[in-house]
Amino acid sequence: MIPLRAIAAAALLAAVPALLAAEIPADQRRSGYSFMGPDSKAMQDDDTSNPGMLFVLDGEALWNQKLGSAGKACADCHGDARESMKGVAARYPAFDKGLGRPVTIEQRINLELAQREGAPPLAYESRDLLALAAFVANQSRGMPITAGDDPELKPFVEKGRALFMQREGQLNLACANCHDDNWDRRLAGSPVTQAHPTGYPLYRLEWQSLGSLERRLRSCITGVRAQGYDYGAPELVALELFLMSRARGMKMETPAVRP
Amino acid sequence: MASALINVPAKAGRGDVIEIKTLMSHIMESGFRRTAAGEIVPRDIITSFTCRYNGTEIFRADLFPAISANPFISFFTVAKESGKLEFEWVGDNGFASTASASITVE
Repeated sequence: MIPLRAIAAAALLAAVPALLAAEIPADQRRSGYSFMGPDSKAMQDDDTSNPGMLFVLDGEALWNQKLGSAGKACADCHGDARESMKGVAARYPAFDKGLGRPVTIEQRINLELAQREGAPPLAYESRDLLALAAFVANQSRGMPITAGDDPELKPFVEKGRALFMQREGQLNLACANCHDDNWDRRLAGSPVTQAHPTGYPLYRLEWQSLGSLERRLRSCITGVRAQGYDYGAPELVALELFLMSRARGMKMETPAVRP
Repeated sequence: MASALINVPAKAGRGDVIEIKTLMSHIMESGFRRTAAGEIVPRDIITSFTCRYNGTEIFRADLFPAISANPFISFFTVAKESGKLEFEWVGDNGFASTASASITVE
């Protein structure tokens, strides 16, 4: 029966032309965590079995390490991250006045490295960048997401919302077709889920590694057979911002574990 | 940057069965994958894990290419005496890493 149901769900996702994209009411929002099996939940819950914590440990080491020509470490300005970084990742992507656009936590780390530490930027999805992002975001674990509060972000949130609703690719699907309208169903045996980015960067068992929300978005975009945006593209940042503001008030889980 | 996470109870009663959990940072590249250019990515895995309790080996495992990245190994032992548990991982390309944890047995 399961394959038949999966085919039926896939057919429904593909064949219904004009599904009304109804946003999920606040009291029905669920973290991806609640869709997981007990083993995956246990893996995330125990910091000594959560492989994301290995990256957090590496990030802590990098936090205290002088990375560039300025001879300064993150800790030299920011001190103890447990205090200074508390709640910071929960409000990212945040508006950067100098650039006039929102930046993700990964982009903020690279800006800081360039401006204050005189260090070359870390590549997207490199172990060091993911480790630093995970270490910073881990300081917000358990805190509610507050991203998108800044009024200057409004046009960017709207752009992200438009992208979320925009059908694209050979399968002609919008994010909303699955994650707003069919999140309680299954696709090829796996739960569709509501796409709340509560635990990024997170450890995906499929990736055998930590990965950013941008990586996740790119694989979803490839999944609907559309052309993926490059890492750091304004479209991905706008989508990330919209998703974070859509998950407003939900608790941060970094580093989460997902199948 | 090799790092390990170890979970050993800090205290246990004499004769208690205790669970020991270890998580080691490692890519565990199987040696069967190819790059986009078609070349084989060389194997790079942990091949052996050992645990010693006050110098006596109490657990050993051989690891193989089908084991996923960042191997998590958990096992049980009987808490006999206070002391030190030492862990050792050995692998390809000269990989070697150690960690330890203390336990108080009352």
